[in-house]
This record gives sequence, structure tokens and C-alpha cells, in this order.
Amino acid sequence: MRRLKLARNIGLGIENLLLHKLRTFLTMLGVVFGVGSVVAMLSVGEGASKEAMAQIRKVGSNNIIVNSIKSVEEVSQSTVRSFMSIYGLTYEDQLRVAETFDDIKQVVPVKLVRKDARLGTRNLELRIVGTTPAWFELLQRDIVAGRVLIADDARNRAGIVVLTEFGARKLLATENTIGQTLRIGGSYYEIVGIVKSEGGMAGSIQMPDEQIDAYIPIEVAKERYGDITTRVTAGSHLREMVELHQMIVEVDNIEHVESTAKGIEAMLKRFHKKEDYRVAVPLALLRQAEATKRRFNIVLGSIACISLLVGGIGIMNIMLASVTERTREIGVRRAIGAKRRQIISQFLIETVVLSTAGGLIGIGLGLFIPWLITIFAGMPTVVTAKSVVLSVGISVAVGIIFGLYPAVRAANVDPIIALRHE
Amino acid sequence: MVVIEQAGTNDDLVIQLEDVYKIYQMGEQQVNALAGISASFSVGSFCAIMGPSGSGKSTMLNVLGCLDRASRGRYVLEGTDVSTLDDDELSELRLRHLGFIFQSFNLIPQLTVQRNIELPLYYLGWDSQRSAGRAVELARKVGLEERLGHRPTELSGGQMQRVAIARALANDPRILLADEPTGNLDSTTGEQILELLAELNEQGKTIIMVTHEPDIAKLARNRLHMRDGLIESIEKD
Repeated sequence: MRRLKLARNIGLGIENLLLHKLRTFLTMLGVVFGVGSVVAMLSVGEGASKEAMAQIRKVGSNNIIVNSIKSVEEVSQSTVRSFMSIYGLTYEDQLRVAETFDDIKQVVPVKLVRKDARLGTRNLELRIVGTTPAWFELLQRDIVAGRVLIADDARNRAGIVVLTEFGARKLLATENTIGQTLRIGGSYYEIVGIVKSEGGMAGSIQMPDEQIDAYIPIEVAKERYGDITTRVTAGSHLREMVELHQMIVEVDNIEHVESTAKGIEAMLKRFHKKEDYRVAVPLALLRQAEATKRRFNIVLGSIACISLLVGGIGIMNIMLASVTERTREIGVRRAIGAKRRQIISQFLIETVVLSTAGGLIGIGLGLFIPWLITIFAGMPTVVTAKSVVLSVGISVAVGIIFGLYPAVRAANVDPIIALRHE
Repeated sequence: MVVIEQAGTNDDLVIQLEDVYKIYQMGEQQVNALAGISASFSVGSFCAIMGPSGSGKSTMLNVLGCLDRASRGRYVLEGTDVSTLDDDELSELRLRHLGFIFQSFNLIPQLTVQRNIELPLYYLGWDSQRSAGRAVELARKVGLEERLGHRPTELSGGQMQRVAIARALANDPRILLADEPTGNLDSTTGEQILELLAELNEQGKTIIMVTHEPDIAKLARNRLHMRDGLIESIEKD
């Protein structure tokens, strides 16, 4: 019965609003744009963060990546002719890290060498990644064909290589790649598999892999290429000795990632005279991305709230005008026996219907704008149910807040004066 | 003490005023719009309140209609002492016991005739089906059942006043308060409206009507003359 009455009151409110269609529509626009911008804004923020999360997940949120870098002194000294610079992570570091921290599940060593590869008539400079089979556990990459590294490869010192899809295409555009023999530098490898590389920069995150990678067992890399690389540049030999170029550390629990990263950093600091390593934590980047998203949401949210505020004031303005215009009606209703709160609810229902309708149209707009953004700006957008529910809530609240004052004013009209009102 | 009565119903007083004052503060000055009115109205009586402007007749009607509260004195309506009631209770009293008829009809322009008639029933909480039945019945009574779907602006003055009367009857009150009900109508239409009021009085409604036209007042069996907030004289047929 009560619900029936509310439905009837809402019906009456809608009827009243439809008497002045243009006015109602124009009044609603403020809320339409307000809600539309809230939904659209949240969808852009959500889209950006979802993209960042997907990228970070490709690096592995449980992983810590330690890279060897040439320290500043080394860089300046390396201009000296025939100087050999020794820097970076060592095999010992790998063992020490793996043994010291209980939270670490495994440490994957990576050795990098740049070599020209040749297959038939095609040439390509590859980045040889000497690593262990665990590399493919920590960085989940899609297998396009064949297999990835396995434990037996290390034991057999097998001359096998896993290419990336990109590399395979460059070297062998048409033929079946698996089983072919590839010459890298001076040695030969059998191609056993092809993986899809996520390499390069993804947003602000440097992926550990690159498009031109070729994965071989680390034992084979050590055997065939050693730790010393020589690069001949104009008039000088650059000789470098690096044992490990990278370590990918898997931590057992996401909660322990940051503390473990700090531990590794402290330990390396003790054993390295120079700072020739850098510890990168994808999770920290994730946190940073989230903080950025929050800031973004707050700034844009405030702007959207201002437009909602303006919309609300617009509604209040029109409702005040409507109360004046309908003073006589209010007087009649009061004389007939309407109580103050019945007058309040009559006007309040009208504003809430108005603002909610505006909100619903605004949601339509809020779905449409992100769609345009995705199509024309190529930015990912995600409209979440949460933002839609939030917007409906906000528009109902706008109706109540900005409708209350005009409604109370209507209820406080003196019926005697109202009945004489022209 | 003035008693406005209808033969045979003297015991049933629907309205009792005892020494009622309505005092307005106009700056420094106090104005007694009502200066100690004592009067009783029995059920079924028909009374015209007359007097020049400023005599207090409008104030009298507002107080009787529970739209305004007396500053002093006692007002008992249908057995309820009005003086002590709050705004909500006054609204409730108007809703249950009174029907208003105005000079300018005061129909709500955006509502149809039917909706206008149903208005008191809406506040009484009747469901729409029952209200519609009642509206049709009342429209027939005032001769406007053909016009239920029309808006007030599509009606003539006389028709509008008929709708207003139907609306005043919707809650089936024993008392009808009319403020210059023929003031905006030509004489022929006015007469028809008065006939309708007389008919309603015969059916037992107590009617109190404010007017300044003696011709119209003559229709009422009692005529109350007011001056300076006091009852100056009373004429009875």
C-alpha cells in the first residue's frame, strides 16, 4: 500500500515535469553532464590502471629483477684503450641471494650476449639469453610452437635455441622453423621452440625480455661465449667482463616482495664495491601506478563534482521558480488539508525524479564518451558497475540536497497568502 | 452569544466560538481583526457573513476554516478544541471536516477536472479506483460528468465553480465555507451556483458564506453583519 502510494506520487511528479518538457530537459542537462563526466572519467582511470596492471602482471608481480649496470666510474674509464671493465652481478651473488632469503622461491640467472645470427641468406642480430628453464615459469610467455627450455638441455649441454615469434619471422618468413639449424656467432643451434615475446617497454615498465631474444641454456652460453665480451668500435676494443647480466628473483608471497627487494639491495651493497647493479620491483611500480590513478581520480573527480554542483544549483533554481509559480496550488492543497510534509515530499519527489532521470541519461553519456575515447584516442577504458551505481547514488543525492530547500520553502507558504497570490 | 440555528437541530452545534480575538501587530499598533466574537452554528444552518471591507469577515472565515488561529478565545469545531492544535492537526481537521469554495475557484490548472475533484481523497489516502468512483458521482451531482477529462482552462466560470464545489464535497464534510462564491461570475451563473448551494444546504450541509452583496445574502436564512471585528447585528428569516 505504501509502496503503491510512492509509485503514484512518482507518477504525479513525472506528469508535472512533463508539463514543461523543455524546461525539464534543460534543467536536467546539468546533472546529465555531471554524471556523464563522472562515469567517463572513472572509466579512463580504470582503463589506464587495468592496462598498467596487465603489463605489470607480465613482468610478474611476485618477481624482483636485478640488473647489472655499468657504474659511473666504469663508463668514464672505458674510454681508455684496451681497458677491460669488470662489473655486475656474479655467480656468487646468485647463490648468496638464493641461500640467504627464506622468502625467495628461486633465482633465475640471465646471461646476455649480442650476436649475429644467420639462417640461409637471412641475417639478424639477436640478443642471446642464457638462462634456466625456470625463466619461463617466472615470465609466462605464450608458446607459439615447439617447447621452451627444459632441465635436460642443461645436463646435455644441448645446442638448442628458443626463438621469439618476431625473430623467427625475420629469419624464416615462410618455412617451418622448428628443427632448422641456426648459426649464431660461430656455433650452431637447433631451433626447438618459438615463444611470443612481450619485450620492450610496456608503459613505464622495462620488460626483462626483448623481441630479438634467443633463449639458450645458461651452461651453453657460459661454455661458448664466456664472461668476457669484446666490442670493436672506432679505433678501440671495448672489453667487458660480466658474469650475470640479470637475476630474476621469485618471491613466495606478494607481501614479502618489497622487504625482500630491500634485503637484496642491502646485501649486494655489502659485497659490491661499486654500485653496479639495480634492483627493480614491478610491484612497486604497480603501487605507484595505483597512487597515480588515485590522484588522477581525485583531480578529475573534483572537476566532475563541480559540474554536478552546478547541475544541482540549476535544479534548485528552477524548483524555487516553480514553487513561486505554483504558490496558489500549494495554498489550495494546504487548505484542502495537505500537511507540510506532504507538500515537501511532492516537491522533493519532483526534484529527485528530475535528477535521477538526468543521472540515467548521464550514464548513457558516460558509456558513450569512453567508447569514443577508445576509438579515437586509442586509450583503454573500463566502465565498472561500481562507477554506475555511484553515479546513480550521486544523482539521487543531488536531487534530495538541492530539492530540500525549495520543498521546505513550498511547505512553509502561508495558505492564506498563497490563496490570494496572483 | 449569537446562535445560528436550524430548526430541530439546536443541540448539534458544529461550530462554537467563545470570545474569539484575532490580533495583528502593525508596527506599534495593535489591530483587532476579530474583537471578541461569540457565536455558535448548528448543523444544517445557512449563514451569510456580511460587512464592509476591513470589518473582519475574511479573518472570520480564515479562523473558521482553521487556516488561521485565533489569538485568544476558544474555537470548537465538530467537538474538537482548535485553539491548542498544531499545524498538522489543523490540516487533518480541514481534511476531515471542511470544504472550501473560493471566489476565484482555485482549481489546479495542470490537473483534469477529475483529478481536481479527487484531490482531498488523495490526501485522505483513498486508492485511485475508489477516488475515481467518487469523482464521477460528484461530477454527476454538479452536472459535469461529461467534463471529467477536461482541464479547468477549458471550462466556463460557472463550470469551474461547480468543479470547485464537487471538490469541496469530496471528503463529505458537514461544513462548507464559501468566500464570495459568485464574485467572479455573471448574475445568471451566480444564481445557478447559489441554487446549488441552497440544494446542498437542504441536504444537510452547514454553509457559511462571506459576501458583500445583499441580494446574494438574502438566500441565507441567517445574515450576520460585522463591523470592526465585532458582530454588529443578526438578521433571521
